[in-house]
Amino acid sequence: MHTTTHKKANRKKMRRYLPIYFMALPALIYIFINNYIPMGGMVIAFKNYKFNKGIWGSDWAGFKNFEFLFRTKDAWLITRNTLLYNLAFIVLDTVIAIALAILLNEIRSKRCKKFYQTVLLLPYLLSMVIVSYLVYGFLSPDQGFVNKTILSSLGLQGQNWYAKPEIWPFLIVFVHLWVIVGYNSVIYLSTLVGIDKSYYEAADVDGATMWQKIRYITLPNLKPTVITLCLLSIGRIFYSDFGLFYQVPLNSGTLYDVTSTIDTYVYRGLMQSSNVSMSSAAGVYQSLVGFVLVLFANWVVNKISKENALF
Amino acid sequence: MKRTNRNFRIGCHIVLILVSLIILIPFLLLLSSSFTEEQTLIAKGYSILPREISLEAYRYLFGGAGNIVRAYGITFLVTAIGTSAGLLMTVLLAYALSVKDLPFRKLISFLVFFTMLFNGGLIPTYMMYTNVFHIKNTLAALIVPSLMVNAFFVIIARSFFETNIPKEVVEAGRIDGCGEIRIFFKVVMPMSLPIMATIGLMIGLGYWNNWTNGLYYITDKNLFSVQQLLTEMVKNMQALQSGELAGMDPSTVQNLPSTSLRMATAVVSVIPVMLIYPIFQKYFVKGIAVGAVKG
Repeated sequence: MHTTTHKKANRKKMRRYLPIYFMALPALIYIFINNYIPMGGMVIAFKNYKFNKGIWGSDWAGFKNFEFLFRTKDAWLITRNTLLYNLAFIVLDTVIAIALAILLNEIRSKRCKKFYQTVLLLPYLLSMVIVSYLVYGFLSPDQGFVNKTILSSLGLQGQNWYAKPEIWPFLIVFVHLWVIVGYNSVIYLSTLVGIDKSYYEAADVDGATMWQKIRYITLPNLKPTVITLCLLSIGRIFYSDFGLFYQVPLNSGTLYDVTSTIDTYVYRGLMQSSNVSMSSAAGVYQSLVGFVLVLFANWVVNKISKENALF
Repeated sequence: MKRTNRNFRIGCHIVLILVSLIILIPFLLLLSSSFTEEQTLIAKGYSILPREISLEAYRYLFGGAGNIVRAYGITFLVTAIGTSAGLLMTVLLAYALSVKDLPFRKLISFLVFFTMLFNGGLIPTYMMYTNVFHIKNTLAALIVPSLMVNAFFVIIARSFFETNIPKEVVEAGRIDGCGEIRIFFKVVMPMSLPIMATIGLMIGLGYWNNWTNGLYYITDKNLFSVQQLLTEMVKNMQALQSGELAGMDPSTVQNLPSTSLRMATAVVSVIPVMLIYPIFQKYFVKGIAVGAVKG
């Protein structure tokens, strides 16, 4: 008796929820295809991939592809580049974005504030292709602003900047900051606006200086946002913005030593040297280490301040 | 005391004006170059203010150059289809996941969230789309891969529905005998316009600016999006520089996009983004706040 009513209730519940599952279905099918099937496709890294045999028909290769990958000096190079650039990005993004947010927050005139904010967010809306055009406007060997206007007015010889690896680490970092810092500072600003004004009033009564207020009120209040953003970046530390490293240096071969990251390596393996097995090994290396790093970063945050953890 | 505050504020303005200049000058350079007469451009290079104003590049762009107009058409089409389909799928899933007592809700949420932490990577994705679904050189290649449903947007929309749609409203709909789907479209959606605008704009921007799908899956010039066309133009200018085209037929080299035309194409590709920017900013800054808090 009891079980039949229970079943009936359950069936009724399912019937009620059927339309809701139906609503969820299109996106779930999409996520299954776009995200989950490729996870299964990662076995390709453990195969000796032959185009005519397909992924499942190709022979197993065990860890051979990984062995080959880590024996090349590319493996070290792309890992080093990806990690070092990301570390530089995390530190500089945070420091500069917070500084800009604090400055923005001091602006009293509504119109000025709106203007600065509008300009700061602008680069975030551009594609990396457009950014590469902007950079090219300055660095083009023949018509670039740097060669044709700045250097020639100083009587100096123009340079082929796209063949000078020594300047690109700085350029890449600068371009990254140019694109992202405004966006991050708006995030920090939205936290700053929420800080209770009475803290500052109390500090004023106590005669606190500008710097003391920043040090003891502003920064501690920003901590949760800083942790969240840094956590997200650390989780992505094995990934790079493909466009920044591929489009902005115009895929210039002389710059590969300083512009190759795991993402550009995987892409070039797929498209150019058609060395699919090794670059898919690099892809799996990226996915796995990246995953471990997210879990690790989240675990650390769970230890120090639980409420800021992502999951 | 007052004095230091005032000096500090002036300092703030100075720094922010400098930063604004650093951001705006590259745009000026691009804009001026697109309006500069071709020969002047070749002789004197790109400049922050135009030297010899000429509309030649724009006349050419909107007039004869068929592939550029076509590329805009493709980009508009792809953005329109992708954004409406993607937005609809995203909010429907998000709404389903916001129904508190839905069986398997936790499991489904986790499977969606997990895609943010782990992915198969480019090569398996590429293999699947080309070998199983055969989307190479089809319009679907620009619409389907990676851009349609993003787990992050699903989570943002879900938390919006959870906090902003009162249970009573949905219950009232049920008592009136409305089906769940009708409730969503008639009751929930009209209350959710801000979040739909935010997510729609983000998805749309993603489609408009995307160049990777074209790079991976499209070789047919008839299907080039604006971004891919711009990428190809870059490749051509590189090829010219490195002398790879030295042995090429002179007429082909002559037909390569001229310097100012390249810049004009880039300018025109940014214009739609600038047009929606005011709306974007209104919803986007709110969206950022939601996103940052929720992670």
